Amino acid sequence: MTTKTYITLDGNEAVARVAYKLNEVIAIYPITPASPMGEWADAWMSEGQTNLWGTIPSVVEMQAEGGAAGTVHGALQTGSLTTTFTASQGLLLMVPNLYKIAGELSPCVIHVAARSLAAQGLSIFGDHSDVMAARATGFGFLCSASVQEAQDLALIAHAVSLETRIPFLHFFDGFRTSHEIQKIEPLSDEQLGAMVSMDWVFAHRDRAMTPDRPVLRGTAQNADVYFQARESVNPFYAACPDQVQAAMDKLASLTGRAYQIFEYHGAPDATRVIVLMGSGCEAVHETVDYLTGQGEKVGVLKVRLYRPWDVAKFAAALPETVAAIAVLDRTKEPGCAGEPLYQDVLNALVEAWEGTFPKVVSGRYGLSSKEFNPAMVKSVFDNLSAAKPKNHFTVGINDDVTHTSLEYDPEFSTEPDNVVRAMFYGLGSDGTVGANKNSIKIIGSETENYAQGYFVYDSKKSGAVTVSHLRFGPNLIRSTYLINQANFIACHQPIFLEKLDLLKDAAPGATFLLNTTSEPGDVWRELPMETQEQIVRKGLKFYAINAYKVARDSGMGGRINTVMQTCFFALSGVLPKEEAIAQIKHAIEKTYGKKGAQIVAMNLKAVDNTLDNLFEVPLGVADSPVRRLPAMAPGAPEFVRDVEGAILVKAGDDLPVSALPCDGTYPTATSKWEKRNVAQFIPTWDPDVCVQCGKCMMVCPHATIRGKVYSPDQLGNAPATFKATESRDKDFTGQKFTIQVAPEDCTGCGICVDICPAKNKSQPSLKALNMAPQPPLREPERENWDFFLNLPNPDRQGLKLNQIRQQQLQEPLFEFSGACAGCGETPYLKLVSQLFGDRMVIANATGCSSIYGGNLPTTPWATDAHGRGPTWSNSLFEDNAEFGMGFRVSLDKHAKFAAELVAQLAPEIGDDLASGLLNTQQVDEAEIWEQRERVATLKQHLSQMSGPAAQQLLSLADYLVKKSVWIIGGDGWAYDIGYGGLDHVLASGRNVNVLVMDTEVYSNTGGQSSKATPRGAVAKFAAGGKPAAKKDLGLIAMTYGNIYVASVAMGARDEHTLRAFLEAEAYDGPSLIIAYSHCIAHGINMQTAMTHQKAIVESGRWLLYRYNPDLVAQGQNPLQLDSRAPKKPVSETFNAENRFKMLTKTKPAEAKILWSEAQEDVNTRWQMYQYLAARQLANPAASESVE
Amino acid sequence: MDLTTTYLGLNLKSPLVPSAAAPLSESLDNIKRLEDAGAAAIVLHSIFEEQLHQEEHELHHHLSYGTDSFAEALSYFPEPDTFHLGAQTYLEHIQQAKAMTEIPIIASLNGSTVGGWTEFAQQMQEAGADAIELNIYNIPTDPEQSGADVEAEYVAIAQAVKSAVTIPVAVKLSPFFTNMAYMAKQLDHTGVDGLVLFNRFYQPDIDIDELVVRPNILLSTPQAMRLPMRWIALLFGRINADLAATSGIAHGRDAIKLLMAGAKITQVCSVLLRHGIPYLSTIETEMRHWMEEHEYESVRQMQGSMSQINCPDESAFERVQYMKGIQSYHPDALAMTQ
Repeated sequence: MTTKTYITLDGNEAVARVAYKLNEVIAIYPITPASPMGEWADAWMSEGQTNLWGTIPSVVEMQAEGGAAGTVHGALQTGSLTTTFTASQGLLLMVPNLYKIAGELSPCVIHVAARSLAAQGLSIFGDHSDVMAARATGFGFLCSASVQEAQDLALIAHAVSLETRIPFLHFFDGFRTSHEIQKIEPLSDEQLGAMVSMDWVFAHRDRAMTPDRPVLRGTAQNADVYFQARESVNPFYAACPDQVQAAMDKLASLTGRAYQIFEYHGAPDATRVIVLMGSGCEAVHETVDYLTGQGEKVGVLKVRLYRPWDVAKFAAALPETVAAIAVLDRTKEPGCAGEPLYQDVLNALVEAWEGTFPKVVSGRYGLSSKEFNPAMVKSVFDNLSAAKPKNHFTVGINDDVTHTSLEYDPEFSTEPDNVVRAMFYGLGSDGTVGANKNSIKIIGSETENYAQGYFVYDSKKSGAVTVSHLRFGPNLIRSTYLINQANFIACHQPIFLEKLDLLKDAAPGATFLLNTTSEPGDVWRELPMETQEQIVRKGLKFYAINAYKVARDSGMGGRINTVMQTCFFALSGVLPKEEAIAQIKHAIEKTYGKKGAQIVAMNLKAVDNTLDNLFEVPLGVADSPVRRLPAMAPGAPEFVRDVEGAILVKAGDDLPVSALPCDGTYPTATSKWEKRNVAQFIPTWDPDVCVQCGKCMMVCPHATIRGKVYSPDQLGNAPATFKATESRDKDFTGQKFTIQVAPEDCTGCGICVDICPAKNKSQPSLKALNMAPQPPLREPERENWDFFLNLPNPDRQGLKLNQIRQQQLQEPLFEFSGACAGCGETPYLKLVSQLFGDRMVIANATGCSSIYGGNLPTTPWATDAHGRGPTWSNSLFEDNAEFGMGFRVSLDKHAKFAAELVAQLAPEIGDDLASGLLNTQQVDEAEIWEQRERVATLKQHLSQMSGPAAQQLLSLADYLVKKSVWIIGGDGWAYDIGYGGLDHVLASGRNVNVLVMDTEVYSNTGGQSSKATPRGAVAKFAAGGKPAAKKDLGLIAMTYGNIYVASVAMGARDEHTLRAFLEAEAYDGPSLIIAYSHCIAHGINMQTAMTHQKAIVESGRWLLYRYNPDLVAQGQNPLQLDSRAPKKPVSETFNAENRFKMLTKTKPAEAKILWSEAQEDVNTRWQMYQYLAARQLANPAASESVE
Repeated sequence: MDLTTTYLGLNLKSPLVPSAAAPLSESLDNIKRLEDAGAAAIVLHSIFEEQLHQEEHELHHHLSYGTDSFAEALSYFPEPDTFHLGAQTYLEHIQQAKAMTEIPIIASLNGSTVGGWTEFAQQMQEAGADAIELNIYNIPTDPEQSGADVEAEYVAIAQAVKSAVTIPVAVKLSPFFTNMAYMAKQLDHTGVDGLVLFNRFYQPDIDIDELVVRPNILLSTPQAMRLPMRWIALLFGRINADLAATSGIAHGRDAIKLLMAGAKITQVCSVLLRHGIPYLSTIETEMRHWMEEHEYESVRQMQGSMSQINCPDESAFERVQYMKGIQSYHPDALAMTQ
């Protein structure tokens, strides 16, 4: 072993460790992929870890990144060493303050996990769009290309900022560096201390605002002096690059790791050079080594200090022999003369190059973590060899529209033979990624090998496919790209073979490991033909195991991770088998030890049980009758099949530019084509036991259990196993009733079974719904489902919408989302889509609902038989209320203009029609239907008419039918980042419906605390338990007096929820529905989550109420308290939720205090609401009569 | 008047000891209140073997459920370096209870297998418990398992725990043995310091409206006292272990009856749950009044005075009395019709 010490961790943790050590104040806010840095800081604070100077930094969560920037600015002004972490839109929200902080020469560092900006679509993945949008702020910019660099440059940035007084933005590529796990050399406290002079720290404090030495900052300056004052900072910027280099040199003397602000690597006499920043440097570095080894004159210039941009040093860093330069930007600036780095390079060459001016071309690569590998690098070098290289090119995509892209040879590889390259296809729920992270740590810490891990996730939250890319080898691994020549591939879920081409990245002779339920003798035969062919053609070694059985027998349930990890070690040869097994066991004890002996024991048992069950599969002939299934179900529209289907089977990278919409517009009603088959068990219906209450349909998060009432003669061609019974509803006497499950769309969450109130009288363990294994039901129930869908939907006008059993017969226009199995939000969305979907316009705040609602490839928002359905868009996180307000104002304008035109054209279209069109209230389904009929008639008239007014009206006529605006989001949006806008929109009096799906936590980014988080709950950013009470958003809204406010919990009282939605829509003004939404981040049993809501309401933790301003006019108190006095202690409900209970395991004393305070919160709030609901209002009618 | 007694080698100021029940001893406040109301010692609520295991699995499940599935939410909870798992919270509770009271604190373990009891018991000793009450709560349902096997397991558990600690150990038993006297003797041979008679098996109820079985707990009634009274009277003087009575003690007179049968202490629970913790002092006062009235000087004077070996009629606790009892029973309802 070497004497050096190493640690294995990801970029975010590496950076956060340095930032935590060197700061006193840390302002945080969650945003992917930077959130983990804030999470680490909060967790360390909670554990009492100190910084370099022995004090625990204050870590504060703010309401938005703008707020975090303001706090950073304030803390700097008062002399604290301050930092924050962010990305993407978060950085954009900070920009105004960045100018201030830099303008005032306040030293600080902002660490950015660089990420795409939302344009035609949002992306959480990495590129430099965000940092480039902040390059004019006056911040210094340091860019890291690897996990090791991210740690080291984080230190350089802090040291240099304090020395130079220039604030720094330290950035590294989101996901590729922030989430890549690497084995690195850590920085010691001594090294940190040696880099940061206390004189700089004291100088920073001496500049602080203090009444003891008062100063004035933040002045307003006029035309006479602003300009001169702006130029006054020039000396600081001029001196900075040398100071940065000096700091890098000092770090080199302390650690042996040398960095240059512009670092050239390659042939000293290179003629072709690529210039770039970030993780792509590593792929280019690796390729340069390969090509120079073959005698090519190529090199790479890595830009580490991007601002201040040192023209002379840049030019000096290039080899004098360079004849052609490609500048690669990981960003896109539409309409520009060239992307930013290219422009800076050109500028430097014009100003400082003294030799023959080289050819300089610009290229874009790697947007949104697009693959950038040696094959692509080589194509860039090849382009530079051309007599007339392509300029403003793209690489890594196929641009068949404007033909910018360079072609590359996908077979080109620089991967050395001595690297183990392993790929693992797993399900999120099976623990594959966690086990792989564990393996990397084992190999990183217990062998001399370098280790790298990178993980690719899909867009679904339930049944998500994960792909792990692991490399191990004796030399530093610079391969910042996905594996495409794997020598080990593991398929942890056999169902993946149905649709995915798992072996396309297998190198010849590689090992293929399959988890399968097939008997050993049947494994080969049951493979799809395509898989058999690949195995034979590539000569793979094929092993299999029934990991489900081994895991089950070891007490691990469905988590097969340890089993498959053991197989990997046994087969891959990274370590001798015996040693590998010993290391796994050691790691298990280390990883799970804190969770108790039982957990350790079951994992150890799984290891022991594995090797006996692993077997080699002899290769046969590729003659399977089974074929891989198409990505999308038969009958899918062309775009869904070819474009969205490609995305679904992980072939989206191959789609050309022309395949994609130019403005981000996609069709709805597409999730139904996916047929994900993620459930192992699905509900089956027992018509004899069913009471036809509709509750199962109401709570189903995925709209996969539906009911219909229909005429018996429809059953003529019913499949043999299709179930039907007499309708029990007297309004449908003589009709048939069916509840049908969508077998291939159901996630198997079991919520419907839990909520079902009907028990089999002879065998009460059975209900009207019972879970059964999905595979045998798949075929017959698919046929039944298709038959069911073709049964007619009931006439919407005839349904009694205040009765759940009838209301639930409305067709859902939100179906089969990728939300977590058992999601607590989606039942509300499904309900609103049933009620108003055919006239809904949705503004959706960024968050879980925007991901399961609009993350490609498909959307759950659907259409009815008329092609009508919700139209949906996501603008940003913070502006959603205003975005929806824009909808309302615009729709009202259209409707008003249309009405004016109707009035104007009344003589031509007929007074009766005009009067009908203008005077309808459209308060129920029947009136809306009638208005649609009128509009259809109007359009017929208009199509026969000429003149500008008729044309205008024709384009606006549909707006005469009521449109329902729904502003939807989670509590992070409504309580925190979007609260200002929400407040304004609610106060506007406009007729918008706001639905806050309150999960009491930032769910989408992994469970950070929001102001909706209740006291005592453990969340990220509140690792020590939330110390403050939940904000009462509803009460605040009620103070306006003219806002309809409802607080609902579907699982507690479904009919109350239904009533609130109907009233909110009916109210002619702003409505706010705050809907309790259980969440995976609560640490609950998701199957019983709806019934748990009942307990929550009974404890008073969640109140049911409706505040209807219309009641005031009738002299009634507008507030109706719909839940009863608390009858359970909150502790009873806390014990059923890990978010509360885990505090008793981490901080038992604090838990006791917070639980007691939480009970007090509930008591006090109940008393106040009781008081408010009991108030007697002066009856206007009565007072009039007295007069 | 001398109410002092000894139990498991501990000197107690009276025979009144609250028994293991979470509502009584889970909060430190209540422990203090029990001491103030005159408790001579406190048996802490039980730590359940299954609960420890279940909590570990639960925590592990919730901390790993849904993780590493979705790029934006790779986990849902912060994961600290340490958890106060399993016995740890309970051990801290013992320490705190010891620190705030002057009276002996008896820790209680509830389980049904040999399991990890010895380890827990040692930890309880280290945490400062003055004694351990071992509550073996086994409901055998396996038709293949013989009564002898079940009894052997009881003995094994008692032996294992007894050999693991130096502090005294009492075993709390159910009455459901073919020969209770034999069982008591077997346990006595293991060297355990006391037997607590009896554990009440909570019998589940059927909810006919909801068609579910509910574990609703019934507090003990005065009738429940007869069973321990008989067995204490029968065992007194025949085994070395101290005898503790529990079930149905609601008044000073009840406690006295059991002391006379041979109990060293009387454990109370249901009555305190019904009437509140201060009621313990009422029982003590009732005892004092009765003893004053009947000119008893000490509790020791009466302990075992009505046991089988000391009472005037040796057959009083045996089968012959059953026959007499049945024959002499005249229900009020029948009397009314005569």
